[in-house]
Amino acid sequence: MVICKSTAELEKMHRAGLLVWEVLEKMRAMVRPGLSTKELDEFAETYTTERRAKPAFKGYRGYPGSVCTSINDEVVHGIPSASRKVREGDILSMDFGVVMDGYYGDAALTVPVGKIAPEREKLLRVTRESLERAIEKVRAGNRLGDVSAAVQHWVEKNGYSVVREFVGHGIGTKMHEDPQLPNYGSPGQGARLQEGMVLAIEPMVNSGSPAVKVLDDDWTAVTADGSDSAHFEHTVAVTANGPWILTRPREATGPVW
Amino acid sequence: MARQRRPEPEKKKPGEGSGKEDAIEVMATVVEPLPNAMFRVELENKHQVLAHISGKMRKNFIRILPGDRVAVELSPYDLTRGRIVYRYK
Repeated sequence: MVICKSTAELEKMHRAGLLVWEVLEKMRAMVRPGLSTKELDEFAETYTTERRAKPAFKGYRGYPGSVCTSINDEVVHGIPSASRKVREGDILSMDFGVVMDGYYGDAALTVPVGKIAPEREKLLRVTRESLERAIEKVRAGNRLGDVSAAVQHWVEKNGYSVVREFVGHGIGTKMHEDPQLPNYGSPGQGARLQEGMVLAIEPMVNSGSPAVKVLDDDWTAVTADGSDSAHFEHTVAVTANGPWILTRPREATGPVW
Repeated sequence: MARQRRPEPEKKKPGEGSGKEDAIEVMATVVEPLPNAMFRVELENKHQVLAHISGKMRKNFIRILPGDRVAVELSPYDLTRGRIVYRYK
């Protein structure tokens, strides 16, 4: 069942979302060669708890970290570790969420570590643009398939592929609510969007084949063929004035990440 | 955090029977036609049972004549009745 949120609820979700944005921006600034993913995790957890919120991922189905850090061929859900350090030329996906006042915010971005190869630059740009195109479709009266297809179209047009095993999701008083929102689909298909619906849209894009596998730790998803993967995400509400990105300041303009 | 995709409802593969559960599928030969699209069929173990035509076959107008080889699903609860799910050419 899809739950529509009132304006007051959306304001609460926006406050949670702003904290997510703040933490991710600060983590983005921390990233440099030699940084361990555990340091990011500790920073995010401390910063969040100091602001009377809770990291949303910690303990979710037994997930051990506060952040998901996925490097290069890791798609999503990489577990932070003190021994895992990023190196010059890596791409690092940071996925983070909080629960504040009972409401969830969830967002992610993939950042370059130092100087990266042009192919990786392009993968990050196309993935971010696919998120932007999807957000543009988040309007009352459109359908879920319009959002999904916007991602798939842009990704495949650029020669990449979208991951099928993991999907975006509704979000609110739970981190994962209905509906599920695949990054592939057909325009005009699926449920109609209504004012008050909130979606976590998260394209996961592989430079090679779309196949993924999950490692023995039960969380880390990697590309089956070892190709690079990028991941961007925002929590977006359907409003009368079009899409409202809850996980960034209202006045922000330009690229979504 | 990405959500694990929920599996789509499973689609039945062709030849997988009627999808009604627990049925035992056996070979049989049609003995005589009866009213209401029912048939008396003889199983390979020489038992005769009353069988009706599955909805899918009825919908597609599969004709059945005495002497035809057919696949019959039997309910484990009542072994005197069955459902014809396939007619062999």
